[in-house]
Amino acid sequence: MKPHGTALADLRPDLAAIASVIPEGARVLDIGCGEGTLLAALAAHKQVDARGLEIDPERVATCVARGLSVVQGDAERDLVHYPDDAFDYAILGQTIQMVDRPADILDELLRVGRSAFVSFPNFAHWRMRVALGLGGRMPVTPALPETWHATGNIRNLTVVDFRALVAERGARIEREWHFAKGHTIRKRGANLRAEFALFLVGR
Amino acid sequence: MQDPETALTLPDPLPLDSGAVLSPVTIAYQEYGKRAADGSNVVVIFHALTGDQFAASPHPGTGRPGWWDRMVGPGKPIDTDRLCVICANVIGGCMGSTGPASEQADGARYAQCFPVVTIHDMVRAFARMLDELGIDRVHAVVGGSMGGMQALAFASDFPDRAERVLVLASAARQSAQNIAFHEVGRQAIMADANWNGGDYYGGAHPDAGLAVARMAAHITYLSEKGLTEKFGRRLQAKGDGKPGEKSFGFDADFQVESYLRYQGSGFTRRFDANSYLYITRAMDYFDLAEEHGGRLADAFAGASARFCIVSFDTDWLYPTAESQHLVRALNAAGAPVSFVELSSPFGHDGFLLETPGLDEVVRGFLT
Repeated sequence: MKPHGTALADLRPDLAAIASVIPEGARVLDIGCGEGTLLAALAAHKQVDARGLEIDPERVATCVARGLSVVQGDAERDLVHYPDDAFDYAILGQTIQMVDRPADILDELLRVGRSAFVSFPNFAHWRMRVALGLGGRMPVTPALPETWHATGNIRNLTVVDFRALVAERGARIEREWHFAKGHTIRKRGANLRAEFALFLVGR
Repeated sequence: MQDPETALTLPDPLPLDSGAVLSPVTIAYQEYGKRAADGSNVVVIFHALTGDQFAASPHPGTGRPGWWDRMVGPGKPIDTDRLCVICANVIGGCMGSTGPASEQADGARYAQCFPVVTIHDMVRAFARMLDELGIDRVHAVVGGSMGGMQALAFASDFPDRAERVLVLASAARQSAQNIAFHEVGRQAIMADANWNGGDYYGGAHPDAGLAVARMAAHITYLSEKGLTEKFGRRLQAKGDGKPGEKSFGFDADFQVESYLRYQGSGFTRRFDANSYLYITRAMDYFDLAEEHGGRLADAFAGASARFCIVSFDTDWLYPTAESQHLVRALNAAGAPVSFVELSSPFGHDGFLLETPGLDEVVRGFLT
């Protein structure tokens, strides 16, 4: 039985952007796949070979129960065990700002996948700048709702920072998307205006 | 209700990994649910060390419910309204399949003349049985503990014959610690005054030794936390209703002692000591990587199945690390694999008991 998948048009905008790029039948690894929303949609509508890695056992159980192939594991510890070129696309959604070694993770994504999707909250969004620059406190915004001592976002970064990291690691940006208030916005001024960013990175 | 005596005799002798040949080979099995004409809805359940074919029907000896009654049946996670479950007693066992207590051509029991069998021999026999039943490819093979080893061996040896492989609380190899525990059990049996080199069928059986083997093994199926919660240091009440007290002797003062003695003696009424030796030996010899030049991924090179591996956080007999080792090999082989470590207080027995998430995973994976 095919997993029940959300219609591609009904996906969150960043997931819809990913789904619009991935071709039929691709091999996809979604790292931090949660309850498998994107994987199930890709499996159902694009017939991809969908695999997931997820740290939370209850979410893994949900994925397995909906027919997905998902392994309980930790991106930083377990990605090294996947073979080179195992996937056409490796996806790391809203996670790079939470890991100990973001640069190593980017390398690993581009080792196991020929291309990688990476999304993250943009810490240079104007609300952040106002909160920190004028308010003098670590920002708490709709996009980053947790206070500094409770947040899992330990490696906050900006759109410009990520572009620099990709260049530093010898990879290249194939495409980028920027989002604010749940909608796609244009690239110009994205570092100030985007709440979230999504990059497609190639080797 | 199916006749509990259901068994099938293979038409040909069975070559074994040891080089010996077993003949004739009878396999006792149970079937639950209605089989599709082409067998495509068949779910094979491989049983664990001391399990049997009575997964979902009362044990004919003890009358107790099947060992996986909570998982297998109409509307249950392994749903026999939709799926047809086949569960067979392993060769070397003592519930109707050919084993050390079986009679040879001359009428004498095999006892220690029975050839040592391996996990691969067990699944080869089972595959021959599927041939006889006219079943080519099954919906799934499922097993916990030694049953998981058989499921993995089946997927490796017959890569086209299962669509799904579900492995619970198991491993692709028997660890040194587990071999060590098995050896304790075997030595307890062979130290029994009634052992007689395994040739005890005409007289008293080595029940004391077998009971000790079971007691030692039973501890390994539980967890320290589970034992503490269930028994703690509580003393066993006396028969006359008085509260328990220390005897300053070696009676079963503690509830946990009484429980283990009960488990041990109950086991001797349903299990054959020679079978215990042969089946533990089969598990000890199991190492899928060793048979593939040390590379576990190569054991699954041709597998077409989807895999689901489940471990339990308090299982120290087949710990999560063993499952992760297996999952990495399956990933390296490119096999579609799921893995989850479920949280349970029950140790290795977690796969048999009420563990949150287990039913959903099993039901979902078999859909």
